[in-house]
Order: sequence, then structure tokens, then C-alpha cells
Amino acid sequence: MKVDGGDTDTPRMSPPSIPSTPAPSAVPVRPGLRQRLAAWDVRFSPYLYISPFFVLFAVVGLFPLAYTAYVSVHDWSLLGGQGEFVGLENYREVVDNPYFVKQLVNTVSIFLLSSVPQVVIAVTLAALLDNQLRGRTWWRMSILLPFVVSPVAVAIIFGNLFGDRYGLFNEMLGVIGIDAIPWHTDRLASHVAIATMVNWRWTGYNALIFLAAMQAVPRDLYESAELDGAGRVRQFLSVTLPMIRPTMVFVIITSTIGGLQIFAEPRLFDETTARNGGSDRQFGTITMLVYDFGWQLRDLGRASATAWMLFVLICLFAALNYVAIRRLGRLGGVDR
Amino acid sequence: MHNLVRSTQRGRLALGVLTALLLAVLTACGGDDGGSGDADGTTTVTVATFNEFGYEELISEWNAEHDDIKIEQVKVGTWDDAKANLYTKLAAGSGLSDIEAIEGDAMPAILAEADAFVDLTDAELDGRWLDWVAEKATNSEGQMIGYATDIGPEGICYRADLFKKAGLPTDRAEVAGLMGTWDEYFALGEDFVKKVPDTAWYDSSVGLSQAMLNQVENPFETDDNTVAVDNPELKAVFDTVTGNIAKGLSTRLPQWSDDWTSSFQNDGFATMACPGWMLGVVEGNADGVKGWDFADVFPGGGGNWGGSFLTVPAQGDNIEEAKQVAAWLTAPEQQAKAFAAKGTFPSQVEALDSPEITGASNAFFNDAPIGEILANRAEAVTVQPYKGPKYSDILQAFQASILRVDDGSQEPEESWNQFLADVEALG
Repeated sequence: MKVDGGDTDTPRMSPPSIPSTPAPSAVPVRPGLRQRLAAWDVRFSPYLYISPFFVLFAVVGLFPLAYTAYVSVHDWSLLGGQGEFVGLENYREVVDNPYFVKQLVNTVSIFLLSSVPQVVIAVTLAALLDNQLRGRTWWRMSILLPFVVSPVAVAIIFGNLFGDRYGLFNEMLGVIGIDAIPWHTDRLASHVAIATMVNWRWTGYNALIFLAAMQAVPRDLYESAELDGAGRVRQFLSVTLPMIRPTMVFVIITSTIGGLQIFAEPRLFDETTARNGGSDRQFGTITMLVYDFGWQLRDLGRASATAWMLFVLICLFAALNYVAIRRLGRLGGVDR
Repeated sequence: MHNLVRSTQRGRLALGVLTALLLAVLTACGGDDGGSGDADGTTTVTVATFNEFGYEELISEWNAEHDDIKIEQVKVGTWDDAKANLYTKLAAGSGLSDIEAIEGDAMPAILAEADAFVDLTDAELDGRWLDWVAEKATNSEGQMIGYATDIGPEGICYRADLFKKAGLPTDRAEVAGLMGTWDEYFALGEDFVKKVPDTAWYDSSVGLSQAMLNQVENPFETDDNTVAVDNPELKAVFDTVTGNIAKGLSTRLPQWSDDWTSSFQNDGFATMACPGWMLGVVEGNADGVKGWDFADVFPGGGGNWGGSFLTVPAQGDNIEEAKQVAAWLTAPEQQAKAFAAKGTFPSQVEALDSPEITGASNAFFNDAPIGEILANRAEAVTVQPYKGPKYSDILQAFQASILRVDDGSQEPEESWNQFLADVEALG
């Protein structure tokens, strides 16, 4: 993200003041222990204060990432442990596996079906809630309610509603004379069903984040817009949207990361005993493939290779989104 | 500028040292957390089970009689959950219960990892189990890795009320006479679905294929563990099961799915292959439905589906005590009581003659003498399919291939070829 007012010519962070560093040309006076300690304190303490985050990040973020890469270039059985170094063999096997491409497409499809409507609805909801409503807190809390429900419970309830034969949705379609939809068999229908679960759970949460951003928009901007003759819609498009762009970037990138890693919903939606995402992997995702390789077929090498490819994919999508949103903001008319 | 560079370098060094220190502290924290021996000298032995083993009463009984060793049960819903937990913790090298229950079909894979389990061989227990059951728990070096709990001899559960609707006989002896072979069973089914078109003949194609597979000597692998799925017997099972779909014999539902469970309440089907442990499942799913009965017959000879084993992982702290508890739980007297509780049919020779078994009947199944019927069904089992270490992985792919035809996503030929490719990709 761009730092407002950041001037690239001057160093952004000045070094800690160094009063105790002896001038190189001065008479060599050995500083006492006290002074040296004080000097170290000034020099190193800041690092110590921020270190917990970085140490934790190294332990739970960087290390697993690097170790996964290490595992992915070896034969590595879940129980047998490390085998021979095989280079990129695991990656080749995964890419050659016909389910890889299929599950990759599924992942992207479910991600698009969930993230796009989610952000659109969340922004709209937030805009509605950003009005002087009666019982504001109640409305705001109620849209967060689905988020409190555990994804497993959501999957069980929705799995039931989307039952192919005796599910509520198909019974209702039957009443109005529409043929039952094979939610667990048809590829697109299953993606819609899963996206529905995701959207149900996350839309309210994102709406609240957008709402917080909208409330931080200075009200005088709206006043001037109104004086210039802008209607509500125009105000929303030309003032609100550009002003919440940084929040937009945040929400879209987090939902990209979450959307591409989707696992619990499709796995629990699947009713076959293998739980690989339908009989023909109609709704199997990449994370499910990772699980299948690692824990069902007990091959951590292939699982790690798949996980790394997923990581690259997520970075790619996040970068893509970032660029796209910056463009979008410019189209909104405000160039910052 | 020079100073600045130096100070950042030192900063990095400091950060590095700090990181290393904290890492060391963190790893030290994850160390030994001690055994489970209590201060007062009692040892707690944990037993991990799935589904229903019928052990609740037995454990209370043991705990009332013993002060030095207490048993604690850890229950999970299904074998799949238990399996995921088992493999994860086997890989981690810690965290498993003192005794872990293993589903029969997974035993070959467990035998392949025999080092991770305690050798339970005990001369005193020779002859406790049916020979073919004991064999399943014994590896090539003659070590017994698991103590068998139950077996799954299969009979046919059927809806007498729906049989009546179709004009078929309803008496269980008469019904048994009508389905001695698979051809007879399917022909009867075609007759049935003509008369009762909204009801299928059996509960699921996958369940039926499982029943038929358990009568094939080498379904997936040859005796030397070579994968050989492209064999005529397996193809015959596949063709028969998928061929029946068009005839309307199958519900076309995945076994254990929500729709499958609902179909018990909606007259979804008229018969199903029922191992002993399935009786409890039917009773639960069909709660309130009248007309269920249990016939002393199985098409194509006997068949065994499932049955479990108790193993003692080598990573445990209380190996000796665990061994003792596992031996006690799988003794004939105890398994007979477990049968009375949950219908798990004993694998112990002596238990088969005990009054708890021979005299057992079940009111839900029209007072069928289930003990006697299951004992007959167990005797009728002649074929024990060879199951190698890849059995359960291949079974999963096979079941998916049948489901693909069942749910209409593929034609049989296409699905079969995909199955062959899937097995190839298992590596």
C-alpha cells in the first residue's frame, strides 16, 4: 500500500540516535560497562520489542513454508518419513494427475462464485447500514450472526437443505414445478451450493468491516457533493467507493486467501465416504487434494508439492486483485 | 552512512540471536509431558473406539473391580475420523490412546506398519478366535498385532410390509428360500420394482458391491500384493452392479449420505445386505417404521463385512497394562455382552455357543432370532477375500467409480476406465 506523503528521497526511518557512539577520531576512552549497556539498550531494545511477532512468524509461518518446500522435493511417506531426493518429480506427478486441473478449476470457480457476490452484497449492505436507522446496533449485530456459527454446523445444515432427493430446496422447487437439481452431482450446481454456504457465513462480517470504513469517510465530502448536485447513487460511486478503497483491498485479498483455501465446506458437503468432493470430484478443491495426497494416500511429498502450487496461486491472485483494485479506484474518478 | 549500515547489520545479528534463543525456548516447551501414571499408583488405560463397540457397561464393570488399572474410553463417530487421527498421530510419534481400535479392512495396511504396534502374540490366547479372523491380525512373521473384537456375517434385512404390497411372501424362512443366488435375488428385485415402482430393491449400489466384493477371492490384489484390478471377477461385480441401476433396483444414493438415511423413512428401498453391526444402524435410521425383518440367507453363499481389532501402539506409556485390558475386552464373555448391547457379533469361538448369542432376538426385526441367524451366517462364510496393504485405498476408488454411474455423471465404461487410471495414480 502506498504510504501517504511518503517522500522517497529521504530515509523513511531515521536511525536511533547514537549519542554514546564514540567519535572515531576522539581520544580512545574505554566506555564503562554502564555506558555500554546503555548503548546496547538504545540500539537493540526496539528490536527486542518488535521481535515477538517476527519470531512467531518465523516459527509458524516461514519455517513451515520452507519445510514444506523441502518435503516436496523428496519421497516422503506419512508414516515412513523421509525418502530419497526426487527433485521436481512430485510436482510433475501432481500436474499429471487428471484431478489436479479439475480441482484447480473447481477452486477458482467456487472462489469466484463466493467472493464476487460476497463483496458486492457486503458493500451494499454496509451502505444501507450507514444510514440513520432505528435500532442501528441491532441491525449491525444481526448481520454478524451467521459468522458466529461454526462452519461445520453451517455445512451440516446446508448439506441437508441441498439434499438431492429429500432436501428442502428441491422439495420447494418441486412445489413450483421445477425439476430437482442434482446439487451433489452437477458441477456448477454444487459450486453454487458451496458458495452459498461461504457467502452466508462471510457476507455480514465483511459488511461490518466496510461499514467501519464508511463511517470514517468525512461527512463534509458528502455535503459538498450534495451542493454540487450529486444524488445518493453518484455520492456512493464517487465519494464512498474511492474513500474505502484501502479497506476494499484488505477485504478482497483476505477473501481471496480464504476462498482459494476452502476446505471444510466442500468436504462436509460431500456425502460419499471418500469425501474427495463428489464421485467425480465435481466440487473437490485444491486443499482437499492436499489432504487426499497427505492423509488418505499417506504421501506427504505430493501433498507438499500441491500445497506449494496452491501458495503460488494465491500470491498470483492476490497480486492480480491488488492491481485490479487500484485500476478500479482510478476509474472512480479520484486519482490519489 | 557507514554507521547506519553497521548498526543495521548488528541489528540483524541481534535479531538472529534472539530468534535462535526463542526458538530454543519454544522447542524446549514441547518436550516430555510425563506418563499417565497417577500419584496414587493407579494407571489409566485409554481405549479409542469408533461407531459402537458396546463397551460402556464392560468398562464400568472393570473399573468397579480393579483399583490399580482404570479404563477410559475415547469415542469418535466413524472409522474415517478415527483413521485420520490414527495416521496423523502415528506420524507424529505420540498422542495415540493406549489401545486403538482398527477397522478390519485397514488391518493389512496396519500390518505393513507393524513396527509402530506392540506384538500381542500370547500362547494362552491360541484358539480364542475363528482361524480366519486370527489370520487377519497376524503378519508374515507370525506376530499377532491386534485382538479381534467382532465380525460382520451378513444376512438380508427386508421390509415385510413392502414385500406384501408387491405380492411376495413375507415369512422369513420363505424369503430366505427365494434368494440363494445373486441371479435369484436380482430377478426377485425386478419383479418387485415392477409392482412397487416408487421403491428400489436395495439401499445402495455401493453397499451391494461391497457385499459382492466380499465373495471374491482376490478382488484387487494377488496374494503377493501385486495390484491387479483389471481382472474378470472384479469387472463382473462392476458390470452387474452398474447394470442393475438402469433396471431401477438401486436407490442410486451414496451409502451413509443424508438422502440415504432419509430413505429409511420414505420407503426408499425394500432390502439391504446386513452385517450384524448394521442391525443397530437400521434400527436407528428406520425408527418408527414397522415391518422390518431379518432373513437367514445371503445370495451367493456367506459373506463377511467388517469387524474390528484392538491394537496397542508402541508409542504408549502403559503397554503392559494396555495388553492386559485388550485381552480382557476381547475375551468371549465380554464380547458376548457387547453383542447384547450393540449387536456386534463376536469373533471368538467360545462366544458363539454362549446363551447371550444363541438366545438373542430383536423386537424391531419382528422378533427375529438374530443370534442364531448370524451364527448360521458366520458358518456360511467360505471365502475370505485377500486384502493387501492397498485394499482400502483401491476400495475407495472403486466405490467412487460405482457412484459415478449411480449419480449419472458417467457411463459405466468411462467410469471403469477412470477407476483403472485412479488405481494407477495411487503409485
